[in-house]
Amino acid sequence: MIQRVILDPFYRFFGYAGGVTMMLGDALRYAVTLQIRPSEVLRQAYFLGVESWPIIVLTSLFTGAVISLETAKAAVQNGFTEYVGSSVAYGTFRELGPLLTAVVFAGRAGAAIAASLGAMKVTEQIEAFQSMGVSPVKVLVTPRLIACIFTVPLLTVFADIIGISAGYYMAHWVAGIPQYTYFHSVQRGTDPSDFYNGLIKAAVFGAIVAIIACYEGFRAEGGADGVGRATTNAVVTAVILTFAFNFGLSYVLFR
Amino acid sequence: MSGLNLAQGLFAGPPLPADDIAIRLDRVALKYDEKIVLSDCSVDCKRGQVTGIIGLSGAGKSTILRVINGLRHADAGAVYIDGENITGWNEHELIEMRKKMGFAFQYSALFDSMTIAENVAYPLWEHTRMTKAEIDRRVSETLEALGLSDVENSLPGELSGGMQKRAGFARAIVNDPEIILFDEPTSGLDPIMTHIIVTTIKSIQERLKATSVVVSHDLRSIYALSDTVAMLFEGTIIESGTVNEIRRSPNPIVQQFLQGSELGPIPL
Repeated sequence: MIQRVILDPFYRFFGYAGGVTMMLGDALRYAVTLQIRPSEVLRQAYFLGVESWPIIVLTSLFTGAVISLETAKAAVQNGFTEYVGSSVAYGTFRELGPLLTAVVFAGRAGAAIAASLGAMKVTEQIEAFQSMGVSPVKVLVTPRLIACIFTVPLLTVFADIIGISAGYYMAHWVAGIPQYTYFHSVQRGTDPSDFYNGLIKAAVFGAIVAIIACYEGFRAEGGADGVGRATTNAVVTAVILTFAFNFGLSYVLFR
Repeated sequence: MSGLNLAQGLFAGPPLPADDIAIRLDRVALKYDEKIVLSDCSVDCKRGQVTGIIGLSGAGKSTILRVINGLRHADAGAVYIDGENITGWNEHELIEMRKKMGFAFQYSALFDSMTIAENVAYPLWEHTRMTKAEIDRRVSETLEALGLSDVENSLPGELSGGMQKRAGFARAIVNDPEIILFDEPTSGLDPIMTHIIVTTIKSIQERLKATSVVVSHDLRSIYALSDTVAMLFEGTIIESGTVNEIRRSPNPIVQQFLQGSELGPIPL
């Protein structure tokens, strides 16, 4: 009973955490020793990043617009319209930009990574790399990890710009807030460190999505059903870890 | 025996395989979760010869190949490759050892995002310092030898099962390995394609003089290819010898398997 209720989940949790950490360590070792193909990193960055761009644009467009909509209404009623820009930008740079980008990225790119590696696993392609003396972590995980670490911050920059711009149009349309007032508020209410620290968070989220998706893909077994399970697990785990790390990083970076 | 020799005898462990033994499994045991797959499994594969391993479906034949390649670690016993005990080697040591092996998988395991030529070239890109022109030439020669010249720019999904098998062989042999492992090379193929595959493996063997291990339950292919045959039953090698010795084996399990009879000691 104790074994089933307490020890088994305990072992599973630490087994999982250990496996992910070892894979991350291995992938970083190949990255640091430059055992990577730049062309493969670029290919992954294009596939994972560029093709996620339209979804990120749409998500950040509506999020920036809705924050501005709510804030602008309250601002007009209470007479603090000069704070609308700063509240939108503050929230977007620090939290919503990186966090929403990572969540959408996990759903789009994390699922794609887990599904493609899972399919490779169940068709013995990953074993084929191993059998010919090639580390699958080196050729499959490291390029995806590097691509995600650089791509998510870039997508976050887009998300920030589009979210704040959408916020302006909504503030102007709903509350008639002038362009100068809005953007002056953005400038006055935020610090460059808000933006940069948001990008640091985005890079960490990119690494989380990549390594969890790769790990789940490598663990897939049992055919199409197993690939589906790996994909779902990858997205769910990456999203939960992203939120958990977001709290920790906000605590450390914005204290 | 002197004291020193006695101490060496006591602590040296099992004797190393003779030079003519390229692969030795010595009392290997392996479990998946709680299921015993290999148990006290011992087999020798002679250098430059073809060893066929036969047995029922799910008997652990493919697992033997994975243990030899280091893809699965034995829970007990020892695995010797070229006289070196690889049991307990870490992944980085195994990577070096695998460079001298070729593994032809049951379902080919071709990289589906690469063309056939890219698949075959892959081990050369990874492990040699050959120029692109040299690699292209070697790949073309290998594909031509296996009758695949026309499909070098095709993706694996565009080929028939037999062609995929041969492309898998091409990738396994392109860097002239000393040891080649064939996992069910003729499974799922029609008799004509089976004949072509058997002929292909024979010609590979003639050309490379490699130590090959062929795992199959297709007896005709095994008889045609093997110098030595070993029968695996319930995780243990129960009989081994030349093709004729196996055919004449008095072991009722071997006879039931060879005759394909449902009557006998094998539980169905």
